[in-house]
Amino acid sequence: MFVSLGLDKIQEVFADAAIGLGRARIFAQFELLMRSYRKAWSEVIPVKFEYYRATDVSDAIDVLASARDAKVIAGGHSLLPLMKLRFASPMTLVDIGRISSLSYILDRGEYVAIGALTSLRDIETSPILKTSVPILSYAASFVGDPSVRHRATIGGSVVHGDAAGDLPSVMLAVGATVVLQGPDGKRSVSVDDFFLGFLETNINFDEVLLEIQVPKSDAGWARSEFNRRAQDWAIVGVAVLGGKSPRVSLINMASTPIRAFACEDALVAGGSIKEAADLVSSDLDPPEDLNATSAFRSHLANVLVRRALERSL
Amino acid sequence: MSLEGILMQVTVMVNGQNFTNDIEPRMLLVHFIRDVVGLKGTNVGCETSSCGACTVHVDGKSVKSCTVLAVQADGMSVTTIEGLASLDGEMTALQKSFQNCHALQCGFCTPGMIMAMESFLLENASPSEAEVRHALEGNLCRCTGYHNIVKAVLSAST
Ligand SMILES: Cc1cc2nc3c(=O)[nH]c(=O)nc-3n(C[C@H](O)[C@H](O)[C@H](O)COP(=O)(O)OP(=O)(O)OC[C@H]3O[C@@H](n4cnc5c(N)ncnc54)[C@H](O)[C@@H]3O)c2cc1C
Ligand code: FES
Ligand code: FES
Repeated sequence: MFVSLGLDKIQEVFADAAIGLGRARIFAQFELLMRSYRKAWSEVIPVKFEYYRATDVSDAIDVLASARDAKVIAGGHSLLPLMKLRFASPMTLVDIGRISSLSYILDRGEYVAIGALTSLRDIETSPILKTSVPILSYAASFVGDPSVRHRATIGGSVVHGDAAGDLPSVMLAVGATVVLQGPDGKRSVSVDDFFLGFLETNINFDEVLLEIQVPKSDAGWARSEFNRRAQDWAIVGVAVLGGKSPRVSLINMASTPIRAFACEDALVAGGSIKEAADLVSSDLDPPEDLNATSAFRSHLANVLVRRALERSL
Repeated sequence: MSLEGILMQVTVMVNGQNFTNDIEPRMLLVHFIRDVVGLKGTNVGCETSSCGACTVHVDGKSVKSCTVLAVQADGMSVTTIEGLASLDGEMTALQKSFQNCHALQCGFCTPGMIMAMESFLLENASPSEAEVRHALEGNLCRCTGYHNIVKAVLSAST
């Protein structure tokens, strides 16, 4: 049985509060409301959907292209939390989690190829990545906790494109390329063109991310974040890959993962580390939320970028 | 077409025994374990993948079962806290050291702690204290202050 408890009920409670009913009565009403919510939602939280387990990539693409309002699910560690909160309510889930051929880390000379379904735990512990792209395995070790990293996939992390995520910023710093497949074949997109808006990435509804190609580099690097508690998401974070033209990218300084172009340009033009760090948010409008004001974010970014540049250049 | 009543048949092996049931695709694995299989050792603390109370092993690796759909575990092997001890009731080394080190008070977090740390010790048999603390990030305990939990994990490591 699904009890539908709408806005009207909540409004009723607030209306009672507004006309000055006693506190006890209002608390009692809230208690009742919460109890019915728990009863209705505690067992199965997301809205109803149809579930389809894809056998291979073309099977997944066929279903994505033909089913109503379908969405890929890989590890589900971004999508399920959104569905539980009912911020996302796809009618069909296409589970690609069993396509084991999409889980690999391969040395291809100039770059390391990572299959979309590779778990963050495998990325954290991969000898190839630790040697050739150490910033990536290092950053992966900070995502959630080991149990989260067993399920969460690199493809999901990049397609989700959360501005607060740890790995999209690393992908920007290392200049990765993503390979997508849709009904009309494959295409490659630079990550510079992949993060389009708030949780919006350059992938069509009927495309599957196959692989991420991460250039090898022996340049200096640094990655750090500021948060208040060990487990928290970064309030601001930074990833830097040094070398001749350093790439600097930022976590939580815009609605997407973003490169600090003003800062990078200053470095290429011969500016000092301090001059470059001072420019880090000059072309940005950092978001405000409960954790930080816009000005505090700019301050954090300045300090984190300066330290990261000192370590990597 | 209404989605009302769409059920799927799944078979999940829980602690070595197969359970075949028709369930809604949106049912979380933790509710399958608690309400369909009937094993209540796996706790629900936050249901938002923050607290780790619901940690179980899926195909040998720790996961937070409140953030896995039961249909995603179809055909897989799940181990819960009830499945750790041997058939004659002999507890694992880690379970014993939780007992010996007094690593629990109310015990609510304990099943999740133990499942997470059993999996961690399989991947890293001789961790440093710092590594244990880093690995415990996803498991909250509101009673012990963690010191004895860290001690228990270290004393069960090699
Ligand atoms: C408790 C917890 C803590 C976390 N902490 C952090 C953290 O500290 N830092 C951080 O960066 N992240 C964190 N995460 C998020 C985690 O990194 C991401 O959830 C994960 O990497 C996403 O991968 P997934 O396989 O779970 O994606 P899913 O949830 O399965 O999918 C996410 C999105 O990507 C799409 N998608 C997935 N794979 C593909 C594909 N191959 N092709 C096309 N579309 C695809 C899905 O349709 C969906 O829109 C945390 C998550 C949890 C639950
Ligand atoms: S109930 Fe699953 S992590 Fe808290
Ligand atoms: S022992 Fe009570 S929550 Fe850990």
